[in-house]
Amino acid sequence: MARRSLFGKDPAGPLDYLRKWPLLTVMAATFIFLYVPLLTLMAYSFNDSRRNIVWRGFTTDYYGKLFNNTDLMIAFGNSLTIALFSTIFSLVLGAMVAILLWRFKFPLKPLYEGTMALPIVIPEICMGVAMLAFFARIGWPNDLIWPINLANIIIAHISFTFPFVAVIIRARLAGFNREQEEAARDLGAGDWEVYRDVIIPHMKPGLVAGGLLAFTLSLDDFVITFFTSGPETVTFPVKVYSMVRFSVTPEVNAASTVLIVITVLLTAIGLWLQNKGTAKK
Amino acid sequence: MDSWYKFKRVFLSVGVPPTFWLVAFFLVPLALIWVFSFGEKTGVVGIDITWTIDNYIRAFNPDILKIFAKSLWLAIAATVICLFVGLPVALGIVYAPSKWKGLLLLGIMLPFWTNLLIRTYALIAVLRTRGYVNFTLEWFDAKIRVLFDLFGMGGIATALLGERFQALELLYNDNAVILGLVYVHLPFMVLPLYAALERLDRSYLEASLDLGAGHLRTLWNVVVPLALPGIISGIIITFIPALGSFLTPDLLGGPDSAMIATIIERQFKSANDWPFGSALSFLLMYITFGALALRAVMAKRGGSDGLEG
Repeated sequence: MARRSLFGKDPAGPLDYLRKWPLLTVMAATFIFLYVPLLTLMAYSFNDSRRNIVWRGFTTDYYGKLFNNTDLMIAFGNSLTIALFSTIFSLVLGAMVAILLWRFKFPLKPLYEGTMALPIVIPEICMGVAMLAFFARIGWPNDLIWPINLANIIIAHISFTFPFVAVIIRARLAGFNREQEEAARDLGAGDWEVYRDVIIPHMKPGLVAGGLLAFTLSLDDFVITFFTSGPETVTFPVKVYSMVRFSVTPEVNAASTVLIVITVLLTAIGLWLQNKGTAKK
Repeated sequence: MDSWYKFKRVFLSVGVPPTFWLVAFFLVPLALIWVFSFGEKTGVVGIDITWTIDNYIRAFNPDILKIFAKSLWLAIAATVICLFVGLPVALGIVYAPSKWKGLLLLGIMLPFWTNLLIRTYALIAVLRTRGYVNFTLEWFDAKIRVLFDLFGMGGIATALLGERFQALELLYNDNAVILGLVYVHLPFMVLPLYAALERLDRSYLEASLDLGAGHLRTLWNVVVPLALPGIISGIIITFIPALGSFLTPDLLGGPDSAMIATIIERQFKSANDWPFGSALSFLLMYITFGALALRAVMAKRGGSDGLEG
């Protein structure tokens, strides 16, 4: 039987699967499954009760506590610093890879592309332990001053974010019209001017989207950071991890809510810019 | 595309820095643990590279094999559930009215953008003994008892429900890990399935339905064979990260739901046996590469799965 209520008056076609109740049920159940845990988590960060289950009224106390929790704020500052530096470096490196792969034919290119994709596909745990072993082996000092003591985490983050950035910028470059470049050359531009004045401006939406992706990937990373951070260089996810191990508390809920809002916003802006960029071509 | 030797200067200036970075800060660390995996532990920090394969042989002792088998089982179970949930969801999105399509896809993607740790933590809050599920059950339990008492049949309620409410142990077992893996990896399955189904010619489905096949038969005999490359791609893309999961078994699992990543972490942090941990890491990577190669072969045989390019 056709379900009409939700979609207006016309009868259901044979492939309007969303109007068939078994499919609608699975779909609704999936969305409930995906969202209820996160939404309750966010809602209960405003709950005026330590027990965290019974709703006892609205409060923003836990956000206040969050901002007074020095350890957590330091960890948050570390996370932002790491994300900022890894974003800048992965943008530069990612853009270079994108230009290289988009522009040039060279021997063993498929192998090069495959190797470049390795940081995206290998299990995070393997990369984490490799970084741990690497920094231990080269004798990376542990007693540097802030923010230089974050450098090893930043290096590890750049290694796994810049291949992602390269993929995004390359997709943007695929829409580039080479005639623009020829026009620039006809008008007297040299190699560098072509890049500075034509190609890089064209890459801009890709750079912004790639930058936001790199920032959120770095901000969100737990596993690789877990293996590279020391007692003095705790990041926000690592700190939350140690809090989660103890118990479920409204502070953790509040901290999680802040991070959810930041990453969802950044990713949404990134996707929006990317769509805007590709729609224009 | 230009040939590299025609623009050597540009080629080198964009090629050298990222290549250097990849080699120095990715390939060298990987090579280092590859070498470690053939080493022997001497003392607390010392590692002697003796090119022994003992570490790999140790991975095949029954205790470790059991953990490998457990990891495979948990990852496969989660992948299968993702497939059975993801296929109807993807089908629903593909044939949804176009104004809904983007919104529904976004709805699947959105939780994916939130931190893995936070999503896992959200599940803990739902499942724990004093979590929302048990709290809801307890509420119903209390209401039913009151209802029975009202009719003077309190004895029946006690006989049915026991003396008092027993919280379900939903957390810290294998089921919690499977649920967590499904929760985290569902988008990995839905997106490739969506890409594959989206390119399916509707008229095949309509023909099948017109000729009298039911929806399930159409699904099994028409949709699944046509979308097979996408389905296989979805299975592999879901399976790989599920197999290498560290946080999910660590936070949701019990003492015996350790996965490969858990024991790798243990070798590097508490047990301090880096050569063995390195060997385990490489075994995990070899399984990953095997799965990726399988996907590449399948994609070649069945045409592109719509994820490249």
